[in-house]
Amino acid sequence: MNEEARRVINLMEPGHTGCAGCGQAIAARLVIKAAGPRVIVANATGCLEVYTTTYPRSSWEVPWIHSLFENAAAVAAGMEVTLKAMGRYEGIKIIAQAGDGGTADIGMGCISGMFERGHDILYVCYDNEGYMNTGYQRSGLTPLGARTTTSPPGRLSYGNRTRKKNMPMIAVAHGVPYVATATVSEPRDLMRKVQRALEIEGPKYLHILVPCVPGWGYESELTVELARLAVETNLFPLFEVENGVITKVKKPKETRPVEDYLRPQRRFAHLFRPGGEEILDELRRIAEENSRLEPGPVRLFGPTGSKS
Amino acid sequence: MRAILEGSKAVAEAVRLCRPNLVCAYPITPQTHIVEELSRMVAEGSLDAGFVLAESEFGAASVVLGGSAVGGRAYTATSSQGLLLMVEVIFNIAGLRLPVVMTCANRAVSAPINIWNDQQDSVSIRDSGWIQLYVEDNQEAVDTHIQAFRIAEELMIPVMVCMDGYVLTHTVEPVDLPEQEEVDRFLPPYRPKYRLDPDDPFTMGAMVGPEAYMETRYHLHMDMMEARSVIRRVAEEYAESFGRYHGGLVEAYDVEGADVVLVSMGSLLGTMREAVEELREEGLKVGLLKIRCFRPFPKEAIHDALKGVGVVGVIEKDVSLGLEGTLCSEMRAAFCGEESPEISSFVMGLGGRDITVEEIKQVARELAADPACRVEFRGLKEELLRGDEG
Ligand SMILES: Cc1ncc(C[n+]2csc(CCOP(=O)(O)OP(=O)(O)O)c2C)c(N)n1
Ligand code: SF4
Ligand SMILES: [Mg+2]
Repeated sequence: MNEEARRVINLMEPGHTGCAGCGQAIAARLVIKAAGPRVIVANATGCLEVYTTTYPRSSWEVPWIHSLFENAAAVAAGMEVTLKAMGRYEGIKIIAQAGDGGTADIGMGCISGMFERGHDILYVCYDNEGYMNTGYQRSGLTPLGARTTTSPPGRLSYGNRTRKKNMPMIAVAHGVPYVATATVSEPRDLMRKVQRALEIEGPKYLHILVPCVPGWGYESELTVELARLAVETNLFPLFEVENGVITKVKKPKETRPVEDYLRPQRRFAHLFRPGGEEILDELRRIAEENSRLEPGPVRLFGPTGSKS
Repeated sequence: MRAILEGSKAVAEAVRLCRPNLVCAYPITPQTHIVEELSRMVAEGSLDAGFVLAESEFGAASVVLGGSAVGGRAYTATSSQGLLLMVEVIFNIAGLRLPVVMTCANRAVSAPINIWNDQQDSVSIRDSGWIQLYVEDNQEAVDTHIQAFRIAEELMIPVMVCMDGYVLTHTVEPVDLPEQEEVDRFLPPYRPKYRLDPDDPFTMGAMVGPEAYMETRYHLHMDMMEARSVIRRVAEEYAESFGRYHGGLVEAYDVEGADVVLVSMGSLLGTMREAVEELREEGLKVGLLKIRCFRPFPKEAIHDALKGVGVVGVIEKDVSLGLEGTLCSEMRAAFCGEESPEISSFVMGLGGRDITVEEIKQVARELAADPACRVEFRGLKEELLRGDEG
């Protein structure tokens, strides 16, 4: 196989040091495969960054930069504006990617600025629902009730107290013309969304649920199965929003009770002990809310104009 | 072209002459006029650069990092709190070896919040791996910005041009602005040694463990040391092309045979020159040493300039709390292992407090009478210290 052909198949090479069964590794490979070789990637600090570029090795067959934890969106913005100013942008796509922490918590300022200014960038959030690189601490995208190392259950606690911050809707509220969710149990859907996003000029936001073996506490062969269960229990709905309108909702063929998703994960084990019922009820309510998601205009109010 | 311009506008003109591909900044007093002027140039079409109004200084520094990484000439400017908010990115830009140029309009650091001039902001990040050049007047600011891009791009090390807020940024002075063709000859287009490009994939910013991290820092350190000769050469070449020279690393003035030599950085040198002249008329032989380049620290140049000098007073607008003025500490390092003059620290002018010619003369007189090494704050208000007021 010649060099070029090899590149197109494996733009993110295997042989990195991620955990066996890492959902993020599966997703990142699909994203870059769908995007193709004419991209430049700005990657935030986090698991993906660490295990793909441990010096002197790199998995990346595309130009790739890691600067800091919270600035991938701004670094990408600088690349886009500069390449345009230099007349070198033609045919290049720019991707900024980060974990849920790098996105919804510490990186929010830079992302908001990037969205607001309308840079032509695909931003991908790999949501494994915690700060996994630093040992499974809570993030703003950790689900209600989950055990993390900073939201442990205890005499006075049933794990994480907050619901997931609604990052896709935060993107929609910025007027981002294409916002979608995806997960690794639907690889074709995921790749199609990347390609759809890259056809659109302006900022794009793709939020991918990526199961994490040690962080969630499950057997490594269950990664794809758990991603599927997240969708089938309606705890992670798959949808697309274009210019403020929900264009597609990928409804599960059969809906499962939330317990089917929660039980195999050690981070939810305490919910099945006495006292956990209240949190389980709340999770059922969240799933029920999600199941009612239908195509149509996103109901945002306030002075939000979508750029089209 | 001779023009009468506010310092900030003169800097903006100099930056435009350098043909940056990317300008990104966030406003903060006293840097604001630079950003406003560059915005005006972009709006009227006289500056053909990518232009980003970032959501914060942290964002602005990250944006110029990205622009530089794809091979563009990138510029930003800030002050004080803005510089501190950038700090994480500042270290990162240097570590990634990206030749960004930044103006720091020097301002005091909060708390208490204070928008006036001192140099605590840039001095506090001396270890970040940026070259730091301090300018005395607006002409030097113009000339140093043009030199800064040459130095940065030759070494792949970022350069910060530090100019005193208000004292320079808001002062209207005549300056000579070079012609575009002259600048183009002196500063050719940036040819990066490496950049992010799909035609030649490259990984930048990898994770480096104990097995190689130290070597990357050593390289940067050695290149910083090497920068001293580059800074000097670029200043000389600039003098050849434009007929103006403001010193390379340091500039000595009447040092030979001086009883006392006063040392400082930035615009205070102007006031000190006046003081020295008056003192000489009064019969006290006082010399001056201007530190133009603070990082890399020009140990040899300082050492050579002060040969035979017995008493040195360092007057500076910053303090390493719990020690002394930072420049003073570093001056001592220039004499490591050798006979050193008595070097005293005078912390003055913090938060925009005026430093008068008379106060400088008083420092020199006292040092001549008693050379013993000491650390002093000057210009303090006794009544405030006692708590009578405020
Ligand atoms: C400013 C800053 N704060 C904290 C850290 C430490 N840190 C590195 S990665 C990380 C968590 C990453 O979480 P996430 O973005 O969700 O990525 P993941 O590792 O889970 O894929 C943290 C807290 C850092 N590198 N920089
Ligand atoms: S800790 Fe989780 S996110 Fe990190 S490499 Fe392992 S499975 Fe992947
Ligand atoms: Mg995470």
